[in-house]
Amino acid sequence: MDEEYDVIVLGTGLKECILSGLLSVDRLKVLHMDRNDYYGGASASLTLNQLWAKYRGTEKPPASLGSNREYNVDLVPKFMMANGTLVRVLIHTDVTKYLSFKAVDGSFVYKQGKIYKVPATDVEALKSPLMGLFEKRRARKFFIYVQDYEEKEPRTHEGMNLRAVKTKELFAKFGIEENTIDFIGHALALHRDDDYLNQPAYDTVMKVKLYAESLARFAGGSPYIYPLYGLGELPQAFARLSAVYGGTYMLAKPDCKVEFDESGKAVGVTSEGETARAKKIVCDPSYLPNKVKKVGKVVRAICIMSHPIPDTNDAQSVQVILPQKQLNRKSDVYVFCCSFSHNVAPKGKYIAFVSTEVETDNPERELEAGLRLLGPIDEKIIDTYERFKPVNESSLDNCFISESYDPTTHFETTVADVLQMYKGITGKELDLSVDLSHASAAEE
Amino acid sequence: MATAGTNQRQAKLVLLGDMGAGKSSLVLRFTKGQFFDYQESTIGAAFLTQTLSVNDTTIKFEIWDTAGQERYHSLAPMYYRGAAAAIIVYDITNPDSFTRAKKWVQELQSQGSSSLVMALAGNKADLEAKRSTKPEEAQAYAEENGLFFMETSAKTSQNVMELFYEIAKRLPKLQPAAQPAGISFSERSAPPASKSSMCCV
Ligand SMILES: Nc1nc2c(ncn2[C@@H]2O[C@H](COP(=O)(O)OP(=O)(O)O)[C@@H](O)[C@H]2O)c(=O)[nH]1
Ligand SMILES: [Mg+2]
Repeated sequence: MDEEYDVIVLGTGLKECILSGLLSVDRLKVLHMDRNDYYGGASASLTLNQLWAKYRGTEKPPASLGSNREYNVDLVPKFMMANGTLVRVLIHTDVTKYLSFKAVDGSFVYKQGKIYKVPATDVEALKSPLMGLFEKRRARKFFIYVQDYEEKEPRTHEGMNLRAVKTKELFAKFGIEENTIDFIGHALALHRDDDYLNQPAYDTVMKVKLYAESLARFAGGSPYIYPLYGLGELPQAFARLSAVYGGTYMLAKPDCKVEFDESGKAVGVTSEGETARAKKIVCDPSYLPNKVKKVGKVVRAICIMSHPIPDTNDAQSVQVILPQKQLNRKSDVYVFCCSFSHNVAPKGKYIAFVSTEVETDNPERELEAGLRLLGPIDEKIIDTYERFKPVNESSLDNCFISESYDPTTHFETTVADVLQMYKGITGKELDLSVDLSHASAAEE
Repeated sequence: MATAGTNQRQAKLVLLGDMGAGKSSLVLRFTKGQFFDYQESTIGAAFLTQTLSVNDTTIKFEIWDTAGQERYHSLAPMYYRGAAAAIIVYDITNPDSFTRAKKWVQELQSQGSSSLVMALAGNKADLEAKRSTKPEEAQAYAEENGLFFMETSAKTSQNVMELFYEIAKRLPKLQPAAQPAGISFSERSAPPASKSSMCCV
């Protein structure tokens, strides 16, 4: 390890592994270390025994839960948008060959105590019990507008410059009601709070388009896909990519202390008495605690159940978004459920997560509306973790620090952070204009 | 190229063993018929496919090389996942590499599936003069631990084809497809799966 590298990456979470892979492919010399003896850091998937060791101390998991190794419980549960940026990164890097994916059965939204399938097209809007008769027609017009909208085709703009018009003004033009705005903004465009209403409408329109196009991709019940064996496969696959392109991997490295010169620039990393030198350091917040600040706290319930979530048509995998306004909150509550159909639990078992950004002194209570949707729960683990954001100036200290994972159940924000870090490290934009038709399931 | 048989099967095959034992060289000999005295770790080539026909079955081996991750013992669980066969390679001139091969077997027994076909390859058999591990010793170890054993040379190609043929023959007859049904991204020519299995409707 007493060598010189272009980049040393600390932590094998998904973000760090994607970056490590991309940088190795760019022919940079990468050393990648983790203090743990497993891949994935905060975004690993755990076996049942590992899960119990983490949260239940010396207690052993009950035998009724089934085989330890059939469990792959995500620490950061998220689904991937079929046409989203993570899929683009996977295809761009050809990492897909190490992974298998399956579509997610359902995408639901919460309204006044009940859940409904999320309508994403004009046709679905007309059928949806989410809206009254007149509202359906207004929503249908809105969806047609979004489907047809092309920035390069002024005739599809209907006289509005979406880069200037605010989202709420666009909704107003179609006469969309508040409840409908709620599901469009939170369950389709995946906004986490209501700031977007005062932002230019372009971003929201593109996000709704992404949802609808992803939904059409695999003709399933949701726009999402998810890897067999859980998300922990993703960091491993990107780590393999990095290794294939010459990246060096060391796990179970204690300390991993970043070394700085007099001017405050990072120059290397010391572990077990050896120092590896590098021009740049990439890491998760836990490796440079003095260069990050706390920006929030996430609470989540990890639940093991013996039945699918009620009222989801027995979905083997499903996402439910509970928009903040429906719960008088500032941030949404997310429900994520996966099962043996994605090889993350033994046959007949389901793993459900309920998560949100903490707003009160009683975080567990904040999950109640989500937990109530689950029905009987065999085992429940409540956990909170703090979220950090870097506060350093990379140009001054050569450190590139990722943000902690947010409570959303999708990857769009995660990949945005990775792409921005990649640009900071290499000074160039990652070209993700890949041919998405490779991701088509329609092979027949 | 192998002729198409009546049955087509895929089998993931992984290589294990210490750095320098000749894993990448064995794969290169088997897939490309080449050998290099100063085999540099080939960038970007840690995933190769090769088909073999045994009787009426064509087996498409998906071969996973370690990509150097064996060096600091940082192979991910994904590497072992779904493997139908494994070749544990040691260098007959290096006693440490034989000791470490036994550790790799243990690792496999804890991580891999129980129906895994395991082969022990004593490589560099062309270097008889420098031999340190006797074939009898390796043979005895292999028998005790449910592996089959061969001495190979990636350099002279001795026993390389034979090694892979023997694995192909031993793969369980009615083994389910190695690749679980799912959405395929990478190749348009990926094995067709039924629409329902991909979309779980
Ligand atoms: N003489 C001899 N050298 C070999 C043989 N197989 C591999 N080598 C050499 O051993 C070194 C390491 O081989 P390599 O395939 O990179 O080993 P790996 O680290 O296990 O992948 C290279 O210099 C090869 O040329 C063999 O059968 N005979
Ligand atoms: Mg090698």
